[in-house]
Amino acid sequence: MELDARVPSTPIEKMWDQHRFDMKLVNPANKRKFDVIVVGTGLAGGSAAASLAELGYNVKSFCYQDSPRRAHSIAAQGGINAAKNYQNDGDSVFRLFYDTVKGGDFRSREANVYRLAQVSVNIIDQCAAQGVPFARDYGGLLANRSFGGAQVSRTFYARGQTGQQLLLGAYQALARQVKAGKVEMHRRTEMLDVVVIDGHARGIVVRNLVTGKIESHAADAVVLATGGYGNVFYLSTNAKGCNVTAAWRAHRRGAAFANPCYTQIHPTCIPVSGDYQSKLTLMSESLRNDGRIWVPKKAGDTRPPSQIPEDERDYYLERRYPSFGNLVPRDVASRNAKAVCDEGRGVGPGGLGVYLDFRDSIQRLGQKVVEERYGNLFEMYERITGEDPYSVPMRIYPAVHYTMGGLWVDYNLMTSVPGLYAIGEANFSDHGANRLGASALMQGLADGYFVLPYTIGDYLAPRMGDKIDTSHPAFADTEREVKGRIDQLLAVNGSRTVDSFHRELGRLIWDYCGMSRTKSGLETALQKIPALREEFYGDVRVLGDGETLNQSLEKAGRVADFFELGELMCTDALDRDESCGAHFREDHQTDAGEARRDDENYSYVAAWEKTGDDWRLHKEPLEFDYVKLTQRSYK
Amino acid sequence: MDLTLHVWRQSGPQDAGQMVTYQEEAKDISPDMSFLEMLDVVNERLIEQGKEPIVFDHDCREGICGACGLMINGAAHGPQDRTTACQLHMRHYSDGDEITIEPWRATAFPVVKDLLVDRGAFDRIIESGGYVSVNSGSAPDANEIPIPKADSDSAMDAAACIGCGACVAQCPNGAAQLFTSAKVSHLGLLPQGQPQRYQRVVDMVTQMEEESFGSCSNHRECEVSCPKGISTDFIARMNRDYLIARVKGKTASA
Repeated sequence: MELDARVPSTPIEKMWDQHRFDMKLVNPANKRKFDVIVVGTGLAGGSAAASLAELGYNVKSFCYQDSPRRAHSIAAQGGINAAKNYQNDGDSVFRLFYDTVKGGDFRSREANVYRLAQVSVNIIDQCAAQGVPFARDYGGLLANRSFGGAQVSRTFYARGQTGQQLLLGAYQALARQVKAGKVEMHRRTEMLDVVVIDGHARGIVVRNLVTGKIESHAADAVVLATGGYGNVFYLSTNAKGCNVTAAWRAHRRGAAFANPCYTQIHPTCIPVSGDYQSKLTLMSESLRNDGRIWVPKKAGDTRPPSQIPEDERDYYLERRYPSFGNLVPRDVASRNAKAVCDEGRGVGPGGLGVYLDFRDSIQRLGQKVVEERYGNLFEMYERITGEDPYSVPMRIYPAVHYTMGGLWVDYNLMTSVPGLYAIGEANFSDHGANRLGASALMQGLADGYFVLPYTIGDYLAPRMGDKIDTSHPAFADTEREVKGRIDQLLAVNGSRTVDSFHRELGRLIWDYCGMSRTKSGLETALQKIPALREEFYGDVRVLGDGETLNQSLEKAGRVADFFELGELMCTDALDRDESCGAHFREDHQTDAGEARRDDENYSYVAAWEKTGDDWRLHKEPLEFDYVKLTQRSYK
Repeated sequence: MDLTLHVWRQSGPQDAGQMVTYQEEAKDISPDMSFLEMLDVVNERLIEQGKEPIVFDHDCREGICGACGLMINGAAHGPQDRTTACQLHMRHYSDGDEITIEPWRATAFPVVKDLLVDRGAFDRIIESGGYVSVNSGSAPDANEIPIPKADSDSAMDAAACIGCGACVAQCPNGAAQLFTSAKVSHLGLLPQGQPQRYQRVVDMVTQMEEESFGSCSNHRECEVSCPKGISTDFIARMNRDYLIARVKGKTASA
């Protein structure tokens, strides 16, 4: 496998403009002769499917949910970044680019990130035109808030439901194209494999989740917008259905998987309450604008928070990082929370929690203002915990939230399989080793509205007339393999439920490949995961059959792929003998406990190729021509 | 706590279906569990006994995707105000309680299996006109059109709908006026939605009537059951827009 990122040699400010001119075009009358499959209907998939259909391509769109409007982008709360500089506070495309590269701890590709910052401004325009009800000031213009890792206010938001509103915008654009007959929508349909013919992606095999029927779909290009793999940890802020299967099956068909060990642990989530816990709930990072994070100074202090006097509280982020304070990037905030809990200063049951306190903001701004800003989040917290955050500080703890790693893509967002694209969280490209808050929504929509619609034409233009349909034997072969995997899972008829295996796998990954990692821990995980996988294939119990709606079977297939991915994550984390961003190897930290990079040896994208039962590592070197490599400092 | 559950089981759309009672499987339920986590526990126990688990729709489990929807003791999403089933916690129940769990009850939402229904009609209503027709790339600068904060806030109140279908399930007529009016109003309140405002309301109401929903007769059960607190004022607003559109001579697009 040869990886070529195909980054143009033009200066970065002109690169995307020049590239758009250099790429081949498909003329408007010919676009209707091309079929494009888009899997996933979140911000990236929904916006891509709609935009491609508007251009004239014939699009087939797939989602596992009962409606494209339910993709998990909907749960994003806080906001979306854009370099509009509406606040006159010194923002610019270059600053957003710089903050994102630095926030990612210098492990992302400069060219992609610069383009992301450039198109960020178009996204806000597009969404406002669709009727996304962004927050506004009394003059009727758009309001902004601050997010972690930035010293400017560039985050646009719609109360605490920004993801929902942006997704509904994309969903409505998609609905318009469904009505126009340009998008064929397949709901409750899960992609189970990619069909590769002569080295090119030519279609997919799916399972209709209602009837259980295995079906093939052919196309001229396949776009995966299938999100991240955080659910490998079992407990995460992802929706229950989020999974890696589409990306993993693509990986098994030749798409390199990049930086799988970069997983983001979000600092502000509601702590775990018991073994039955099925998922973790995020409290938006925007809360850190007005909430102050603290723990008692004394270990083992079990007094209720209201009885701990001011001078016995440790506002540890404000103390350690005076200039960024509570708004340090996510990886820094998470590690510090873990550190104070490890010292025995954690609060709440089990000592795995820190306070996020709004007392001072309520005094300063009044309860009404706080309610206006965060009302729905406070309500959600109260529902889950039974505590009122207006009077008792919230308890929060880090939880798995986002995966920076994903399918390797070039500048055009194409994977190492020609004709197969990956966009949004499913690819690895823009966030390096750590993503800044409010940048996921930006990237998903940038890829879908403004990047892929241009770059896909460059691939398709010379392929006019090269038609294949599902009668090609490769489709029957792939269907047979898919059915074989389903039959294998149904045939085990063992004694343990799928969830029990998933929980155990998640615990392993969290313990050994979570917030902090060690060589010996990763080696242990690499012994334990294959052993557990073997037990899974020998003892899992999946009832029912494949010819009907069978939720256990759906889960079993996803967990089977998580086992393989988990192994690759640990392999990647073991290879990366440095700390960077969210990847924290305990033996590589500064005296202050920050991640210490090794730029000389690890300034590369780790792109893994599947080779039989093993993997081969390809290194895409990262060069920094515009951002100076520094030790990140938020002090 | 120990509970007695009466759960609707139906193997497929053609099956008659029946209530099944579970007691052994619903013992030792923690008050900190969510309602769906309680069902997860019941399902794990059913699988261990070799019985097929209860099928129900769910995804985000944080009250925003709109996938979950259960009639719990006759109330859509259960007893707590402005709360989806996934955010309802067992601390609202006590030892010995009997809980009846059914799927959404509405002709327009046929049962697919057990507690899971087909809400495709909602997508078709949006497809009929619930959007602003603007192609990617053709938008003016976002601050070129100031919007009074009050209008923007009202539009957001309407746009908060999660499309779960509780309004239809709770309505004695199985009407979809609240859902439809939320989208009509979200877009109709904003300057961006004005060019298509009257055509949109006619198209969406026409589609709504073509689906198997009932008629609105102002019971306002929908507003009470809505987990996002969408107001029936939007229904009045939609009816007003619809009337104006008809007076203007608008008819449904082909």
